Amino acid sequence: MTIEAIQQEIIEEFAGLGEWMERYNYLIDLGKDLPAIDPAFRKDEYLIRGCQSRVWLNADLEGDRIVFTADSDAIITKGLAALIIRVFTNHTPAEILAANLDFIDKIGLKEHLSPTRSNGLVAMIRQIRYYAMAYKAKMKN
Amino acid sequence: MEIFPVERIREDFPILKQHVYGKPLVYFDNGATTQKPVRVIETINRIHREQNASIHRSVNWMSDHMTQLYEDARKTIRAFIGAGKISEIIFTAGATASINAVAFSFGETFLEPGDEVLISTMEHHSNIVPWQLACERRGARLKVIPITDAGTIEMDAYRNLLGDKTRIVAVTHVSNTLGTINPVKEMIRLAHERDIPVLVDGAQAIQHTAVNMVDLDCDFYVFSGHKVYGPTGIGILYGKEQWLERLPPYQGGGDMIDRVTFEKTTFNELPFKFEAGTSNYIGAIGMAEAVAYISEIGMQAIHEYETGLRDYAAGLLSAFPGLSQYGTAPDKTAIFSFVLNNVHPFDTGMILDKFGIAVRTGTHCTMPLMNRFRIEGTVRASLCFYNTHQEIDRLMEGLQTVTDMLA
Repeated sequence: MTIEAIQQEIIEEFAGLGEWMERYNYLIDLGKDLPAIDPAFRKDEYLIRGCQSRVWLNADLEGDRIVFTADSDAIITKGLAALIIRVFTNHTPAEILAANLDFIDKIGLKEHLSPTRSNGLVAMIRQIRYYAMAYKAKMKN
Repeated sequence: MEIFPVERIREDFPILKQHVYGKPLVYFDNGATTQKPVRVIETINRIHREQNASIHRSVNWMSDHMTQLYEDARKTIRAFIGAGKISEIIFTAGATASINAVAFSFGETFLEPGDEVLISTMEHHSNIVPWQLACERRGARLKVIPITDAGTIEMDAYRNLLGDKTRIVAVTHVSNTLGTINPVKEMIRLAHERDIPVLVDGAQAIQHTAVNMVDLDCDFYVFSGHKVYGPTGIGILYGKEQWLERLPPYQGGGDMIDRVTFEKTTFNELPFKFEAGTSNYIGAIGMAEAVAYISEIGMQAIHEYETGLRDYAAGLLSAFPGLSQYGTAPDKTAIFSFVLNNVHPFDTGMILDKFGIAVRTGTHCTMPLMNRFRIEGTVRASLCFYNTHQEIDRLMEGLQTVTDMLA
């Protein structure tokens, strides 16, 4: 499934949800369902500094695709992280770098991706792109 | 007792009519900044429209008039905090700027290698880092007064830490995270027995209780305008004249000089020695207006009403299942730091936000204090005199929803 198709799928899932409480409950469920990250990666090296809620992110190259795992100590943030992981994981660095991430806006959670929110998600997406750039460079060599 | 006219007072604060996500705003983030009464907003607006001119330097009527208003603001602040002399009131950019000024100037003058600066565990980063920097520059050491589980200063430990090497004590009047009101008068008395000066961080005290510099006998007292219903970017450094005279200027520039040649500059007298550059004179006048406003309501009336809010909220929060409070001193302001069982403060804050309830979450610029309690952060609700019992009820409903969704 392409990154675009996955985003579309998420948008459709959220279209069936009502006001904020249903959306948050859905995020909470996603957060609970996302397996805790391997404790080896729940360390400072993998920590994305978001000030208030902490997000850990790991990226492994499997073949030509990057597999992401993530975790957070705040459950709503973890649910959002789960969505972001679902969009990006198992894609090539080139696909990740070319992607236009617009689903967060379309599912009415835009405020969580504003740079002034100290939840670490903006930094997480930036870090995903850095991983993609780094692996892209590595694959060329 | 006369009933506190909270509904009328709320009319003075236009922002309190705002709705957030369609819900009436409940503003419980007063520890971060307070809202401004219409009088303050109008004063700042009017000066910009009708009277603006730079102070202290001109021959023209506007400038003279502006200078008069600025110096009147200084008098208003002097009276409000019961300072002995007008020359002891320095306008700064805020409490943080005031502490930095003292830490720098005092450090350069009085700190020698091996000397000690004494602070408490509950200090805001703004009353830690400037002293750390001063200690690093001068080879001095930072010593820390421990606190109890309730969040009060351990007074025996404090007495023992006051030593021959202690050069200054810097302690907060009220904890921004716990709400604890520290026994600063007694702490000052003990320090003075050893001729040690004391700086009091009044950023969280000045808006809740009457203070009197002469009675307190502190050597320095600092606070911010925006936390006392005034504008941002203005604050106060009170210093006893005998100390301010002995400290070198912190910043150089206009207004603080007497005479400048390329060989040597002599400095202006107090308070101007510490007011380099064009002052935030409109901010100063705005802050004085705010102080005049709360003085008219009366600090005693404000204190009594806020104590009632505190007791009401404390009772409900204490009874809430699975809620842990941090800062349970009997003598405290209406600041509540808490964590719900197994719920991250950020999640709690995000859900409360959807109810239009503004709280703060995180470490509240007191990371060492979080370490003391072995927690990552808290939810903080900080109340003031325009808040109501009904708003506290709405917080409790919000917390019930958080619990239903997450716990």
